[in-house]
Amino acid sequence: MPLSLHSAVPSGPIDQKWTRHKMDSRLINPVNKRKYSVIVVGSGLAGGAAAATLSELGYRVKCFCYQDSPRRAHSIAAQGGINAAKNYQNDGDSVSRLFYDTMKGGDFRSREANVHRLAEVSLNIIDQCVAQGVPFAREYGGLLDNRSFGGTQVKRTFYARGQTGQQLLLGSYQALSKEISRGGVEMFSRTEMLDLVVVDGHAKGIIVRDMVSGKISAHAADAVVLATGGYGNVFYLSTNAKGCNVMAAYRAHKRGAAFANPCYTQIHPTCIPVSGDYQSKLTLMSESLRNDGRIWVPGSISIAEKIRCGDLRPGDVQEEDRDYYLERKYPSFGNLSPRDIASRSAKEVCDEGRGVAPTGLGVFLDFRDAIQRDGHDSISARYGNLFEMYEKIKGEDPYLTPMQIFPAVHYTMGGLWVDYNLMSNLPGLHVAGEANFSDHGANRLGASALMQGLADGYFVLPSTIANYLADQQPGAVTESHPEFKHCLEEVTGRVDTLLEIRGKRSVDSFHRELGLLIWDKCGMARSRDGLENALERIPEIRDEFWSNVRIPGSGEQLNQELEKAGRVADFLEFAELLCHDALDREESCGGHFRVEHQFTEDDAEVRDRRTQPGEAKRNDQEFCHVSAWEFAGVGTRPKLTREPLEFENVELTIRSYK
Amino acid sequence: MNLTLKVWRQETRDSKGRIEVFPAKDIPSEASFLEMLDIVNERIIAEGGAPIHFDHDCREGICGMCSLTINGIPHGPESATTACQLHMRHFRDGDTIWIEPFRARAFPVLRDLVVDRTAFDRIIEAGGFISVRTGAAPDANTTPVPKEEADRAFDSATCIGCGACVAACKNSSAMLFVSAKVSHLNNLPQGRPEKNRRALRMVQAMDEEGFGNCSNLYECEAVCPKSIPADNIARLNRDYALAAARNALT
Ligand SMILES: Cc1cc2nc3c(=O)[nH]c(=O)nc-3n(C[C@H](O)[C@H](O)[C@H](O)COP(=O)(O)OP(=O)(O)OC[C@H]3O[C@@H](n4cnc5c(N)ncnc54)[C@H](O)[C@@H]3O)c2cc1C
Ligand code: FES
Repeated sequence: MPLSLHSAVPSGPIDQKWTRHKMDSRLINPVNKRKYSVIVVGSGLAGGAAAATLSELGYRVKCFCYQDSPRRAHSIAAQGGINAAKNYQNDGDSVSRLFYDTMKGGDFRSREANVHRLAEVSLNIIDQCVAQGVPFAREYGGLLDNRSFGGTQVKRTFYARGQTGQQLLLGSYQALSKEISRGGVEMFSRTEMLDLVVVDGHAKGIIVRDMVSGKISAHAADAVVLATGGYGNVFYLSTNAKGCNVMAAYRAHKRGAAFANPCYTQIHPTCIPVSGDYQSKLTLMSESLRNDGRIWVPGSISIAEKIRCGDLRPGDVQEEDRDYYLERKYPSFGNLSPRDIASRSAKEVCDEGRGVAPTGLGVFLDFRDAIQRDGHDSISARYGNLFEMYEKIKGEDPYLTPMQIFPAVHYTMGGLWVDYNLMSNLPGLHVAGEANFSDHGANRLGASALMQGLADGYFVLPSTIANYLADQQPGAVTESHPEFKHCLEEVTGRVDTLLEIRGKRSVDSFHRELGLLIWDKCGMARSRDGLENALERIPEIRDEFWSNVRIPGSGEQLNQELEKAGRVADFLEFAELLCHDALDREESCGGHFRVEHQFTEDDAEVRDRRTQPGEAKRNDQEFCHVSAWEFAGVGTRPKLTREPLEFENVELTIRSYK
Repeated sequence: MNLTLKVWRQETRDSKGRIEVFPAKDIPSEASFLEMLDIVNERIIAEGGAPIHFDHDCREGICGMCSLTINGIPHGPESATTACQLHMRHFRDGDTIWIEPFRARAFPVLRDLVVDRTAFDRIIEAGGFISVRTGAAPDANTTPVPKEEADRAFDSATCIGCGACVAACKNSSAMLFVSAKVSHLNNLPQGRPEKNRRALRMVQAMDEEGFGNCSNLYECEAVCPKSIPADNIARLNRDYALAAARNALT
């Protein structure tokens, strides 16, 4: 049966769609709401907000997370801020401008109606968070302060020092705690979802493992919400938390949910470089540093070599021997060029052999000129905590010697396919936050993920989920349904199989091997040859995993190696999906750069100076669509269905930041 | 560098624990403390042993998951630093390092260095929130909050809920944790309507969970990775006394 992808976008002018949709949405009366149960997997901004709000509305909610407390979801690590079109600065911001910036930032690969709704709802988010006590930065007059972020020309980012994600997450965690104490939400921490249960084509529950006792059990509900975050850890090294994984989304995919645009992955240009093969994760240095730091590498390979072996100090490199390559190539945006452009340029200069850091994979972010211009104190007032963090990790003082940075995987725009109601093609399965594919197209703008997670969780899902539930008989499916028993047996069997391999290699060694391969072949620059090579290598690594992984201990105890193994097993399948999508998309757009598709001197756009050689070249004729993939068996090419993207309110242009 | 680790091992919540000794050879000084443990675990697994279990997630000092007592100090020797942000260059070649869990009656050990801190969640559930429903909020700029007040609330709100304060206190008191949340919310105009109820209920929950009384030694402040000041405790005591008095009157 061909996959039917009905986007359910309401008709009418773009700025009235959401209002109309809410009016036309089904309502469930308060007495009946109590009869419906909803499972929410994830307690980050998207899941925490959704669980709390659904419970406030009267639904009975069960919420799950793998950490020891819902307060520790990875949203906690977001630093920079959250966008909203409040126009408190009176600098010309509006819902339409935020809508346009997000469409353009996403390189015209997102659904207009969803993005417009996001921009509309952004207003309510800030109100809600302030009412909860989120301590956003304020001006002396007592009103809220804003800063600006990459890819925009207005100040619309709300922030709480360098800890915006933490403060927003504590807000939703506290709302969730309020509902837990009221009895509306039952919370299951240290509980991992291992599978989705589908009954007669509808998502009706999940299989979970209690990570302390090891007990595997089933939970049924009238609808399931996945808010399980992104899949950046398929690269092993990323700025994500160690536990971030694709398991929940991928299990749903294997049960029939389409996975959309997995090849849209975001690489953040300013992270601390890798220092050795023991490295376990990468640390982001906030993008805001690019406001004052100048990015450079030596102009020649020989000078770069001297710096790498410690024979020359960066401060002693003469001005004429420095290449401020972003300022040179993009004079108007300079060091503030969008993330994908800044990242790719860093890779290029390192590939040429001009990289710094002992590994050759690093560039300088230098504050010397800013300190000379504005003084030590004002730089410290702006970035003090970031400089401290850098010094803690690298043991070098950025006031005295330039920081070393390198791009790292940071965010994943792709995710499970959802319609306007945030429901996947599997009825009953809803997906929120980074786990869905919905709003950022091929590239996400800074400070927009927090906005999307909270929009989905507080405002969109609680209103749209009734469109599904209203047609369901509450409590019709319970854990005693044979499908639950069947799924439980499958999951238990899989865990046992993993434990029985008793091979020689650790789980981490496989994850590292996979990560290196994917970073190399499906990272910042992708080619047909590289991707085809990866598609040959992945099944080999996977086969070795299933015959040679060593997981000490048993399943009936807290067993961290077993937890990791389950996640890595899924990454080893998911990686193939990622590469298939990257191979199929014969264009470059946003976070997806195919070396075969870049502008050259021969293109008219280069000749009339709208862009320059080496820039990403979209193919709007053939690729203005969402690629939604259906699972077709492990090791078998997944089945592609395209959802065409139509643009009525924006004009497709070359994304130029020159 | 080469080190000797003396690590707390305990199979389950109910089993008896003991210290085991592991060599940690050829550790790069640029590695983080948790990366050092990763390296040691790789070797334990290769030799057929059971790896050392410890909690961690973000590895950048913000999620509050890591919880190691290193050489007797929660999160180790560096001030204002979580265990995950501690780097090996702060140790010397040949050192012996003791690694134990965060110890407290209210934080039972689950395995090795992993403890159960759900008591903290239950304290928040008792009143660590503002009762506002989604959708009911007025425009964010309706109520100005003086910058100083907002900044003070922020300083308390940076608590990562790791529990180092409890582990450092000889009475295993959770007063720094509770007072930080009460200060954050009671300081803001939005939080004032529930001020009294919040203080009373959170303190009551804390007592019920088996945390002890404040020792007045402020070890908690010294180990707090976010440098939450202990004057929050005085503020909580005042809020609590006022709330209790008002309660007695009505
Ligand atoms: C270092 C860093 C800085 C960032 N800074 C910014 C910023 O300044 N502004 C911005 O807008 N965005 C930023 N982002 C992006 C943003 O933080 C995330 O995209 C967003 O917080 C994701 O929220 P979420 O709710 O979708 O998922 P998460 O917060 O990742 O939550 C996922 C939840 O799912 C649970 N879970 C996952 N798998 C399972 C499973 N199998 N079983 C049970 N539970 C499971 C987890 O326990 C967790 O509760 C940043 C990201 C990083 C990594
Ligand atoms: S692992 Fe998150 S604070 Fe240490």
